Amino acid sequence: MMDYKEIISPYASLEGGIIEAFHAVQAKMNYLPEEAIIATAEVFKIPVKEAYGVATFYSYFSITPRGKNIIRICESAPCHIAGAQEVVDALEKELGIKMGETTPDGKFTLEFAQCVGQCQETPVITINGKPYGGVSPESIPQILGEYK
Amino acid sequence: MAEELRIVLRHLGKIDPMNIDDYLKAGGYQALKKARGMSPMDVIEEVKKSGLRGRGGAGFSTGQKWLFAHRMEADEKYVVCNADEGEPGTYKDRVIMENDPHSVLEGMAICAHAIGASKGYIYCRGEYPDLAKTLKNAVDQAKDKGVLGHFDIEVRLGAGAYVCGEETALIESLEGQRGEPRYRPPYPPVSGLWQKPTIVNNVETFANIAPIIEKGSAWFAGIGAAKFPGTKVLTLTGDVKNRTFIEVPTDTTIRDVIFEFGQGIAGNKKFKAVQIGGTSGGFIPETLLDTPIDFDSMRQTGATLGSGAVFVLDQDRDIVDVVTRITQFFEHESCGKCAPCREGTMRMRRIMEKINTGHGNKKDIALLERLGRVMAGACLCGLGQAAPTPVITTINNFSTDYETRLV
Ligand SMILES: Cc1cc2nc3c(=O)[nH]c(=O)nc-3n(C[C@H](O)[C@H](O)[C@H](O)COP(=O)(O)O)c2cc1C
Ligand code: SF4
Ligand code: FES
Repeated sequence: MMDYKEIISPYASLEGGIIEAFHAVQAKMNYLPEEAIIATAEVFKIPVKEAYGVATFYSYFSITPRGKNIIRICESAPCHIAGAQEVVDALEKELGIKMGETTPDGKFTLEFAQCVGQCQETPVITINGKPYGGVSPESIPQILGEYK
Repeated sequence: MAEELRIVLRHLGKIDPMNIDDYLKAGGYQALKKARGMSPMDVIEEVKKSGLRGRGGAGFSTGQKWLFAHRMEADEKYVVCNADEGEPGTYKDRVIMENDPHSVLEGMAICAHAIGASKGYIYCRGEYPDLAKTLKNAVDQAKDKGVLGHFDIEVRLGAGAYVCGEETALIESLEGQRGEPRYRPPYPPVSGLWQKPTIVNNVETFANIAPIIEKGSAWFAGIGAAKFPGTKVLTLTGDVKNRTFIEVPTDTTIRDVIFEFGQGIAGNKKFKAVQIGGTSGGFIPETLLDTPIDFDSMRQTGATLGSGAVFVLDQDRDIVDVVTRITQFFEHESCGKCAPCREGTMRMRRIMEKINTGHGNKKDIALLERLGRVMAGACLCGLGQAAPTPVITTINNFSTDYETRLV
């Protein structure tokens, strides 16, 4: 098992640094395991329920396991009218999963996102935080190829 | 022909944002030096006289806000830069920070001198991890050069919550809590981060400070609209030909923004509507296109300048469908702290979906209007208060789009 305290401890001296600590855990695990949340509560000397409250408030954090590569599709209005739904359909078809699901091999997770601030070229998806603008259904296989 | 005027984007493409020497060579940190030679009250007076008002959406006088914090007696005060930019269709703060991070740091340091703070935070949205690196690099270089003096700046990353752009929610998040807005008063300049006097300003607001100190308040006050002087960075999305960002004086009209800078509607179609200020902004019809973009002129038409997002729809767009999408956004982003918003955004989305799928009737429209009034008056923060705006303005300005959907 991971030594979560080792990941979390460097942030203990930061006032209010729990969110930074969660970022660090998630960078390693792609989600926040229960043990990590408990460990964070101990390091920051707060009740576990409070640490849970923080972990579940923010859409960037997930308390369930996710795939190695996280694909987020912006569904805000500018991306919506630029054809985000067709991109969703293409991604679901290509990966054989629905939005919110992870592929059986654990490689990809599909998630909705609100505007990711790259609206100069809509519609936008991000893979592990890296933005791809002006995405079309046809361009999906090639983009995914980079991660297979 | 309307022209761009670059104040906050003055260094765009001219300096290497990763190298502080470029910024210094371009005259960077001279304004900070000048400000430190002035008394804090003189700096505040200068900012006040410039007429600069917040670029994060609320349009409050920046100098006046600083004065509130300046007057407080406290062992510690904080300067916080709101870089949470989550408003759909907005990416102007990213453009500013990516291209010229030091102009934001310099504005923060001048503010610190004015109010008597020694610590600052930049709260950067979680979707911009690369930008956080650029900012950290800038802070490190500024510390190495010693230009910040005793003022320390820390970069913190948000984690995907639109409501954290609201200043008291942002403060909660910085403290390591759930990002739920606080009851006010007290306002942050009196009691903010860790109960200390705190200035929260938008990225673009801070980027305006050094030029104002350098060139003087009279210069700034003479640009654009008299009561909301200066420039505004706008991001153009949707059905305009030229989907780009621009910086223009605040007396520029919406028509010029769309038809000059945006080069008109894509695909030779006709204009139908524009939503300005982000997803909580009002939808504006053709008849109001000659309105200047400044805060007060926009307010008078029932719209907002907000973040400066300009989202254009052509004649073929389905307004009811777009607004339905927007109501989903608010339901998703409501933090749930207060009932009128938690329940109201959910009801609003349901009624809009009912209308959008052809099952709505006249009573639903009346219900939306009533719900909108209740939310605008009863919600705790700006998210819930403004959530009805796109619904209500489209019911008012594009009523036929709704009527044709009703049973
Ligand atoms: C729901 C909501 C979201 C907001 N998001 C932002 C934001 O992303 N960036 C920002 O600067 N201000 C945002 N604001 C406004 C801030 O509360 C605050 O007014 C602003 O940071 C003050 O800075 P200024 O005076 O420089 O504009 C938001 C307000 C609300 C109610
Ligand atoms: S208005 Fe909405 S977002 Fe604001 S505090 Fe209430 S529930 Fe939270
Ligand atoms: S609206 Fe999709 S990235 Fe901004």
